[in-house]
Amino acid sequence: MFENLGSRLQSVFRGLNAKGRLSEQDIDTAMREIRRALLEADVNLGVVKEFTARVKERALGADVLSSLTPGQMVVKIVLDELTELLGTTPTKLVLSSRVPNVIMLVGLQGSGKTTAAAKLAFLLRKQGKKPLMVACDVHRPAAADQLEALGRQLQIPVSRGADDAHDDPVAIARAGVREAIDTLCNVVIIDTAGRLHIDDEMMGEAEAIKKAVRPDQILMVVDAMTGQDAVNVAEAFSKRLDFDGLIMSKLDGDARGGAALSIREVTGKPILFASAGEKPDSLEEFYPDRIAKRILGMGDVVSLVEKAGELEFEDDFSESDADRLKAGKFTFDDFLKSIKQMRKLGGLGAVAKMLPGGGALKDAAGAMDESAVARSEAIVLSMTPQERQNPKLLNGSRRARIAAGAGVQVSDVNRLVKQVAEAAKMMKLMSKSGGKSGKMPAGIPKNFPSF
Amino acid sequence: MSTWTQRLTDGLSKSRDLLAGQLNTIVGRGIEFDDAFWDDMEDALLVSDLGLDAATAIVARMKREIPARAHETLAEVKAHLVETIADEFADGVDPFEQPRAAILMVGVNGTGKTTSAGKLAKQAVDVGKTVVLGSADTFRAAATEQLETWAQRADVPLVKRGQGADAASVAYETIEQAHSAGVNLAIIDTAGRLHTSPDLMRELEKIQRVARERGESSVADAAEMPVFTVLVLDATTGQNGLIQAREFHKTLGLDALIVTKLDGTAKGGIALAISKELNLPIVRLGVGETIDDLRAFDAREFAEALVG
Repeated sequence: MFENLGSRLQSVFRGLNAKGRLSEQDIDTAMREIRRALLEADVNLGVVKEFTARVKERALGADVLSSLTPGQMVVKIVLDELTELLGTTPTKLVLSSRVPNVIMLVGLQGSGKTTAAAKLAFLLRKQGKKPLMVACDVHRPAAADQLEALGRQLQIPVSRGADDAHDDPVAIARAGVREAIDTLCNVVIIDTAGRLHIDDEMMGEAEAIKKAVRPDQILMVVDAMTGQDAVNVAEAFSKRLDFDGLIMSKLDGDARGGAALSIREVTGKPILFASAGEKPDSLEEFYPDRIAKRILGMGDVVSLVEKAGELEFEDDFSESDADRLKAGKFTFDDFLKSIKQMRKLGGLGAVAKMLPGGGALKDAAGAMDESAVARSEAIVLSMTPQERQNPKLLNGSRRARIAAGAGVQVSDVNRLVKQVAEAAKMMKLMSKSGGKSGKMPAGIPKNFPSF
Repeated sequence: MSTWTQRLTDGLSKSRDLLAGQLNTIVGRGIEFDDAFWDDMEDALLVSDLGLDAATAIVARMKREIPARAHETLAEVKAHLVETIADEFADGVDPFEQPRAAILMVGVNGTGKTTSAGKLAKQAVDVGKTVVLGSADTFRAAATEQLETWAQRADVPLVKRGQGADAASVAYETIEQAHSAGVNLAIIDTAGRLHTSPDLMRELEKIQRVARERGESSVADAAEMPVFTVLVLDATTGQNGLIQAREFHKTLGLDALIVTKLDGTAKGGIALAISKELNLPIVRLGVGETIDDLRAFDAREFAEALVG
């Protein structure tokens, strides 16, 4: 169902290329695919309609009709339009010279405000600021405890107001700012309760906090999985609180994040941060051009490369490993490491998805079957450390034992042993044919055995 | 947002000659079912997060059925549509109505698992059932404290361990305690997790396995406590909801669905696609903050809200 736009357009355009030029009917067909892709990405219907109308207008222009590859041209127009809408460069969080700077986080329940508060504090501290977090959510049970626990983990101070004012978010916010001044903290991050945009009383409470502490930045936290309703929510928050920018949360999932486009179109506010992970350091700058491709399901190679680069592999391949691999000694331990690294990138499926055309790749002949990976892993784990280092030890009786241990057939063991041997051979060949880089790329060895 | 009928009317008046429309009304010939009409209906379904496939399927079904019913008024078309949608939801067992059950609350982050677990415990107690709550969310800071507040409100025991403890062991212990106390329901809250994290999904699988081993093993002369797994879905979720549900279902084999946060302007249409595709009953709807706002599901009501 969720096939990516790239491959769908490709099949539409395969016909087009053959014909050599676009008819209006061709463009209409393409527009239908684009509409589908955007709707599946949760872009708001109204935004989709405007967007496809704009793309169609441009696609009908002469530059496309005279182009040699009209198909590619349409993809380019779509991407250009999307990027134009979303912005080309990341928007930075601008702090004023005021001390302390006050940042207030708002949003619906469960959008991830408290987590985002901690991540933002962590990020700002890394940039040399001294943050203080203020727990103004007096409605959700233990919300303040959650922020306090996060603060403790990160060693960032948390203010939760005076003992006699535990249920007054405005008083807590004021006290928080005062505490920041007293303790020489230069950024205050106010976590507020989740509220529905149509809850007048709760929206009034947020306005009261805003009035009391006059935040330099109000950031709205939006769940990347939000559907059609994103426009209503963002519009209401924009009207009542006139927020400055957005943090998009839960981008580590596989939601296409079409809400980003909807919100941008409706409010004009920039998305400043992408929150993508369980760890405190998983708040990143938001790259609009990447989300544009993500919305279209066109792969995100840059993010994949960065993800691979950023991950700290405790069991990374070292220089000496690389030398060994070049000598054709790819052992089962190396194989296990590869599997682990793949998992850290989110598994084979996730890696495949981030590659352009990965949707098709994933389907191809079950090559990306996670259970096959698990089976291979089980086989290796059933070997003794000696066997893993020296495959030559693997005689018939050992193989039978391993098969029994892993719950597979001996033929499965044989196949894996053969694959790993072939991978080793390949690596040796590759390194001979002028591979000059000394270090194995983190993440995916070039000759990762197929399953 | 305008209501569905308004949208429909707006669309209709835009798409046809006004005079002809008036004439139709005057002579009582009903609505003209032209392309614009069907497009408007599809649009109305799409903005409810129903998804393109489900929306086109429903519109196609309406198209097939409508000509047979000549002279339908707008109200009749709407009633027909509600009926059609309501018909699509899957039926099934409500785990919370079982005499004895251990229920795992699962879902992505921030859907309202903990709140729902708390409210369900209180509701069960209010109708005279006995409950044990288990806080198997050992990851999120203060998740246990949050559930503890609900346990106090419902006046039920809470099984807990510290942050970072083995979640499966909490589930085990909860069922153990439920067993020995002979209670009706063991409601176990788990940490929110994205379906794209294989490690966290495996952890959940383990929690379920351990719970089943304890709940469903024929321990001598102890009654069984069948384990149900309930997905909690945020109504604001768009099309990714179906992917989430598929992944959770693939890993765990879900038994039921709870849709939360329907008190906003989100319609939760993706729940229909999930219920239909995975054959899962929706057993509760969260329509507000209070305990009574977690309501039993009524397909017709839900369908009405979807199109209304």
